[in-house]
Amino acid sequence: MSEPLLNLQGVHTKIGAYHILHGVDLTVAKGEMTVLLGRNGAGKTTTLRTIMGLWPTAEGTISFQGESIASRPTPEISRRGIAYVPENMGIFSDLTVCENMLLAACDAKRAEDLDASRLEWIFGLFPALRKFWQYPAGLLSGGQKQMLAVARAIVEPRKLLLVDEPSKGLAPAIIQNMITAFRELKQTDTTILLVEQNFNFARQLGDQVAVMDGGRIVHSGAMAALAEDEALQQHLLGLSLAAHR
Amino acid sequence: MTSSTATVPAPEALPKVKTDLLPLLLLPVIALVALPLTGSFSTWVTLTFAGLAMGMIIFIIASGLTLVFGLMDVLNFGHGLFITLGAYVAVSVISRMTGYIESPSLLRNLMAVVPAMLIAMVVVGALGFVFERVIIRPVYGQPLKQIMITMGGMIVGVELVKVIWGAQAIPLPLPAAISGSLLFGDAAVEKYRLIATVVGLLVFAAMLWVLSRTKVGLLIRAGVQDREMVESLGYRIGLLFFGVFIAGAALAGLGGVMWGMYQQTITPEMGGAINVLLFIVIIIGGLGSVGGCFIGALLVGLVANYTGFLAPKVALFSNILLMVLILLWRPQGLYPVVKR
Repeated sequence: MSEPLLNLQGVHTKIGAYHILHGVDLTVAKGEMTVLLGRNGAGKTTTLRTIMGLWPTAEGTISFQGESIASRPTPEISRRGIAYVPENMGIFSDLTVCENMLLAACDAKRAEDLDASRLEWIFGLFPALRKFWQYPAGLLSGGQKQMLAVARAIVEPRKLLLVDEPSKGLAPAIIQNMITAFRELKQTDTTILLVEQNFNFARQLGDQVAVMDGGRIVHSGAMAALAEDEALQQHLLGLSLAAHR
Repeated sequence: MTSSTATVPAPEALPKVKTDLLPLLLLPVIALVALPLTGSFSTWVTLTFAGLAMGMIIFIIASGLTLVFGLMDVLNFGHGLFITLGAYVAVSVISRMTGYIESPSLLRNLMAVVPAMLIAMVVVGALGFVFERVIIRPVYGQPLKQIMITMGGMIVGVELVKVIWGAQAIPLPLPAAISGSLLFGDAAVEKYRLIATVVGLLVFAAMLWVLSRTKVGLLIRAGVQDREMVESLGYRIGLLFFGVFIAGAALAGLGGVMWGMYQQTITPEMGGAINVLLFIVIIIGGLGSVGGCFIGALLVGLVANYTGFLAPKVALFSNILLMVLILLWRPQGLYPVVKR
């Protein structure tokens, strides 16, 4: 494992009367993809939202590049180079694809200010975005919206991507497209923390894995080791990769 | 990947995006229904221009209110205070320039009216600054407290207006060059109503330009839909909201001056009286929608004038009735904003 980019130590998160995270310890290594697995309600999404400052950290520390970001304002966390793709994709449906991309590039005032070569690279990953460039994003299909959500996160170079269930509700062909895109993204040394329920999807991409249950990390290690150990899969996830294929 | 100027891809042949024109059609439909009922074409023209002018002024006042709600779910029942203050500030300025107002020269009239409007906008914008910091900010996310404290703020503000300017109605005469009517055949249309219609159109066009052509406008539109995502992209939504609140207050101040000139008299209660109309307009239009607010304001203006002439007793509740009918047809308003 290479040097840590993001480090969570004993993070607790409370939302109103609910205590969701109970001391999360998680390290995301630079240049790798770490996959956060777990059942519904395990605390995966809350972990991402806590990192982004969308929920306040009740206890514990979150450090990014060695500096504390716990409970800092969300815009400040984002400006440090962390992009977030939420579970609901966060697409601005009344805005065009172009306008959605423009908003993600903080310093660009017009479409012409976007980095052309990077845009071409993104169009290579997600060709549908070129076709629907001037279309209202709300008219895109679910898969196209997911592509836009990921594209928006990478329209400018980021140090860390937080991606919440990108395969959710997508057709198998689109999921395969996503896997290809994430593989290419990994080749650019982008660090990614990916929340997934689809173990087959996660297995093909992850370098490291952390499994959550009851608001805690109950297992962490190399993805390859978990992918090969069906008994461990059964123990941690209640299913085996063989059954999930 | 090297940085260079982006080439926007050429649009390919795609199915055309459907534009929802039905709410827009309501305007000519209502006007055409009213035509035979008024019994006279000239009366109909007069009423239609009166309705459009009234609608434009209401739009100027309500546009900020709908964006404020759309961005932060803040229900500001104190918006009426901005209208009242705008009108009183304008009266204070104009009363010191009676020579300019009474002059038959349009240029000299404008030399009094334009500064009065600008000063009113600045003063009311400053009040908006204080109002947001002191009254709105402590109650973010608490709708019931927002209603109570903003109404309370307006009551206190109106009483302060009475302390400064007195409780009596004050006349706000139209400048000489824009009082009176123009005749189109037999139809008399007040010059001021034409001017109010043009000013309203200009404000609407400027607002559309800002919202669709500038990055700040995109951020406002995006923030109305999903403020959390806007923050996740690195923008401070609180600052954006603060700016919109001040701009909305300044526009309400401008609207207050125009409403005072429309009524030709101002009272401390004028803002409170129009508050109900504002909420009807933004609910009809779809909370957070500027386009919906524009159509809603014109509908309210037209219906108020037609029913005021045809059935004065119905006019007392005509706008409530209009809102009920529209909400039965479209429960989220004419142009609802898709919110997460």
